[in-house]
Amino acid sequence: MLLELHDINKTYFSGQPLHVLKGINLSIDTGEFVSIMGSSGSGKSTLLNILGILDNYDTGEYYIDGKLIKNLSERQAADYRNRTIGFIFQSFNLIGFKTAVENVELPLFYQGVPRKKRHELALEYLDKMGIRDWAQHYPNEMSGGQKQRVAIARALITHPRIILADEPTGALDSKTSNEVMELLKELNREEKVTMIIVTHDPKVAEQTDRKIHISDGIIANG
Amino acid sequence: MRDLLKEIYESIRRNKLRTVLTGLAVSWGIFMLIVLLGAKNGIQNTSSNNMEGIVSNVMEIYSGYTSKPYAGFKQGRYIPIKDSDVLTTESNIFEDHIDDVIPLLSQSSLTMAYGKKHFSITMVGTTEDYARIEKLEILAGRFLNANDIKEKKKVAVIAHSHAKNFLYGDTDYDKLIGKKIKINNLIFTIVGVRHGRENEDDQDLYIPYSTLKAVFARNDEIDYLNFTFHGLETEEENEAFEAYYRSVLNKKHNAAPDDKRALGIYNYFTRNMQMNKGNRILNTALWIVGLFTLLGGIVGVSNIMLITVKERTHEFGIRKAIGAKPADITKLIIAESVAVTAVFGYIGMICGMLACEVMDATLGSSSLELFGESIQIMSNPSVGVDTAIGVTIVLIVAGTLAGLIPARKAAKVRPIEALSVN
Repeated sequence: MLLELHDINKTYFSGQPLHVLKGINLSIDTGEFVSIMGSSGSGKSTLLNILGILDNYDTGEYYIDGKLIKNLSERQAADYRNRTIGFIFQSFNLIGFKTAVENVELPLFYQGVPRKKRHELALEYLDKMGIRDWAQHYPNEMSGGQKQRVAIARALITHPRIILADEPTGALDSKTSNEVMELLKELNREEKVTMIIVTHDPKVAEQTDRKIHISDGIIANG
Repeated sequence: MRDLLKEIYESIRRNKLRTVLTGLAVSWGIFMLIVLLGAKNGIQNTSSNNMEGIVSNVMEIYSGYTSKPYAGFKQGRYIPIKDSDVLTTESNIFEDHIDDVIPLLSQSSLTMAYGKKHFSITMVGTTEDYARIEKLEILAGRFLNANDIKEKKKVAVIAHSHAKNFLYGDTDYDKLIGKKIKINNLIFTIVGVRHGRENEDDQDLYIPYSTLKAVFARNDEIDYLNFTFHGLETEEENEAFEAYYRSVLNKKHNAAPDDKRALGIYNYFTRNMQMNKGNRILNTALWIVGLFTLLGGIVGVSNIMLITVKERTHEFGIRKAIGAKPADITKLIIAESVAVTAVFGYIGMICGMLACEVMDATLGSSSLELFGESIQIMSNPSVGVDTAIGVTIVLIVAGTLAGLIPARKAAKVRPIEALSVN
């Protein structure tokens, strides 16, 4: 199993304690194309944060590729996020004052890859996404679909084992949504990237191989 | 490095106005520091110019009046310096510390004649060591030597202003060596031409001490007694030696051994020491004032960096989500802080140095009339390379300090921030 979660609990203590995740058990294998569904407040975002090592959990065990992910130092966590996980966000989260190609280069910059090499690789990935001509443009000069393609290129450039997508089509119109979903499916099929999509949109979930419903902090099926 | 510079440039470009406004406070701080240090250097250069030309390990003994009764004598008695005091000073009682003993005797209101030129002059009788302790610059010929003193030769060393006059403006002083001059009715041979000391109408003629005594039939009193010394390093050692020396000489004159007014002692070495101490205190005070002015600028930079960090929270979240380590973020903020501080600091430093040049051109060339003497206020008020290096270090340290708190804050941004929609 690539990802394994055993009895994950998470409580937020801001004011009234809020028990968000109440014992999550979940395994996802390499190459799976999974969607996590749930209404807002169900805990799906918290689960995504934990899967992406953006946040800590209180009790339980989380393994990536057999390695326990718990009490990591900031450096180690950063390293995992950089090399093992690729993020795709609903609001794209490109850095506004950097061009498309610079945005795509950024994860490699944090790996210490030389400038020239990472530039070439970034252009290659933009090409793969079909937006090479937009390499020198800033995010605010691009459409939503183009921005999401840049974000996907940025997520893929480090060859991560897992792609975590948080409502990747949430800010896109339906036509562009379909294009982006097709792209993700293709990546899953051809590059064997494990794809986890968090969404509340049933149409998006329909296109995945496996649907995980989370409700009130526990997995309803999966 | 290039990537880091690019990041800094991008960040500053987005906030030009506020960066400039904040930076100016740093410029002002450095400007003040440089101008203060420049002015201080100017003042110190002047005071050292004014006392230039005296070897510091010298004491000067001068005559005085007793301030207390002793051995049956009333107070207020005149105590002259005598030839016997020279012998006492040269004797082996003081051989541990005293090296050269130089008596000084002057005869004023004399007329010197060379060809058709006449001057009213003062003649100073001394020994061969005098040139060294007074750092006299010999332009032609030589200074007095031991043989001149021993044989009471009628030889003279004249000031260059006279020499120039004798030669009708020519400065080839060698032409005068060996020439005869008439002083009152005595014939002297010129053996050397010396440079007059700065800030003085210094045209005294130097002849052997023994000659002056003989030709003017002086008694056994001399005007001053100088001696060089060694092995007295601290103020305490100097004071102890002065007290011992005083007690020995006072006894010979039947004055109280501890009477400080009977014979005066002027110690150039301890005066120098006290002046250096004063300079050090002034220096420290100015650095403190300058640094506190700079501190105002630094706090401004720190503040603006805090605002920047707050504005960029989401961006730092994204960076962390895609793999930036806390150190990567810290580096970004500190580098920006150092860059802003350094660039504006250097602007301030250059302006400060220009201001020093302006000070040099205006105040530096003017002098103040004080008690009938002209005193230069400032001489070459400028700062050297060492100060520039010091300022650079101060700027880097200051920039780092200014960036420290904002950088810590930035490094603590949680990657979850990337998910918050802004």
